[in-house]
Amino acid sequence: MTGSIIAAAVSMGVLGVLFAYGLYWASKKFAIETDERVEAVMRMLPGANCGACGYAGCAAMAEALVQGKVLPNACGPNGPAGAAKIAEYLNIGSGDARQMVAQVACRGNELDPRVDYIGINDCRAAHLVVAGPKACVYGCIGLGTCVEACRFDALTQDELGVPIVDAEKCTGCGACADVCPRGVIKMVPVGDTFFVRCNSTIDVRTKRTLCKTGCIGCRICERTCEYDAVHVTDGLARIDPDKCTGCGECAAKCPTKCIEPQGSVYEVRSAG
Amino acid sequence: MVDLLLIFIGSALVNNFLLSRFLGICSFLGVTTNLKSAAGMGAAVTFVLSITSILVWFIQYYILEPLGLTFLQIAAFILVVAVLVQLLEFFIHKRSPALYEAFGIYLPLITTNCAILGLALLIPSKQYDLISSLVFALGAGGGYTLAMCMMAGLRQELEFADIPQSMQGPALVLLIAGIMAMAFMGFAGLAPM
Repeated sequence: MTGSIIAAAVSMGVLGVLFAYGLYWASKKFAIETDERVEAVMRMLPGANCGACGYAGCAAMAEALVQGKVLPNACGPNGPAGAAKIAEYLNIGSGDARQMVAQVACRGNELDPRVDYIGINDCRAAHLVVAGPKACVYGCIGLGTCVEACRFDALTQDELGVPIVDAEKCTGCGACADVCPRGVIKMVPVGDTFFVRCNSTIDVRTKRTLCKTGCIGCRICERTCEYDAVHVTDGLARIDPDKCTGCGECAAKCPTKCIEPQGSVYEVRSAG
Repeated sequence: MVDLLLIFIGSALVNNFLLSRFLGICSFLGVTTNLKSAAGMGAAVTFVLSITSILVWFIQYYILEPLGLTFLQIAAFILVVAVLVQLLEFFIHKRSPALYEAFGIYLPLITTNCAILGLALLIPSKQYDLISSLVFALGAGGGYTLAMCMMAGLRQELEFADIPQSMQGPALVLLIAGIMAMAFMGFAGLAPM
């Protein structure tokens, strides 16, 4: 009895020590030199693993940063301040970092849907099958695929299903813009600029029968703008955020009130 | 030679570890979302299985049996599996960082895959010699990889299927696993248990 207890203890002990030594040897032999800077840089990244930089995650991005394959501004969610911090740590330039924000180029379509869509609750699927249930085939489908794609909880949906961007939470990673099958969500630089909340380039006469809230291509904004920032092409006004000064003249004159300042969607709709 | 072939077919098809012994089901449900990771997991498990079978054989017949300590089987074998997986992790991380990235969490998870401990415990009970043990392990790994890839292929096809809500996710996967297990019963009698 005692003999087998001792034998058990000794044999298992020897086995354990042998294996431990084997692992010790292996960990030395297969040791990987890790750059301590990689971990430090990773802590400076947002840690959301959103993939907007094109790397597999923040760890992969940190490695690429340390190896100098990419500049810190490639990380949208980190913002210019974060990029500058990393650039200072690694003693490199941060690149031209501009904080982006998601803007929704649609105010929602209140008209009756063109078809009854019953299927996978995903804009991409609906877009593939019937080009979406709504009357307008350029605007927001409203099934909330972008809301699911957002890792930062920055999107909610209004009663028409159109996403509402919380500018405070939006980090500009662009994940929502990537999943939107219509390209309704655009990434624009943060600022006091105005934005056209319509995405339809269908001919204006048809558009007016399909939607009450869209841009009708009347060119009043184009004529109003003193800074050459607004241009109407294909029946749709577009604002160049680099030229827009945020004076708001175009928005004031817009007959369909389709031009709104950045972030106004969030403020106006959540208040109402 | 025929004996070895029978052992191989027996462990790969007739007593497939996933579909008739129902060992290692967690990875069967967890890592079969795409074909590539399923095949990688199959390769890693096959590797661990074959090394385990050799080590287990030596421990069983040179340490545990001579000392009359066969009651320590489970503890000793768990030790072997844990060490092997750790070793494999070091090795893959050093030699093939890309593969290491692809495996991710599933590499350490092999430690807790019951197919491995199951194999370790089956080898002494079947009284195989060293070569037979190795062939048994290779068959087990091959059968595991086969079942994993079959399931992954099916699940890839199901990705865009219109599945009723109550059947989505694990429910349907378990049903498929059951039907596949029934199909594998057709191999019964092909080789001795």
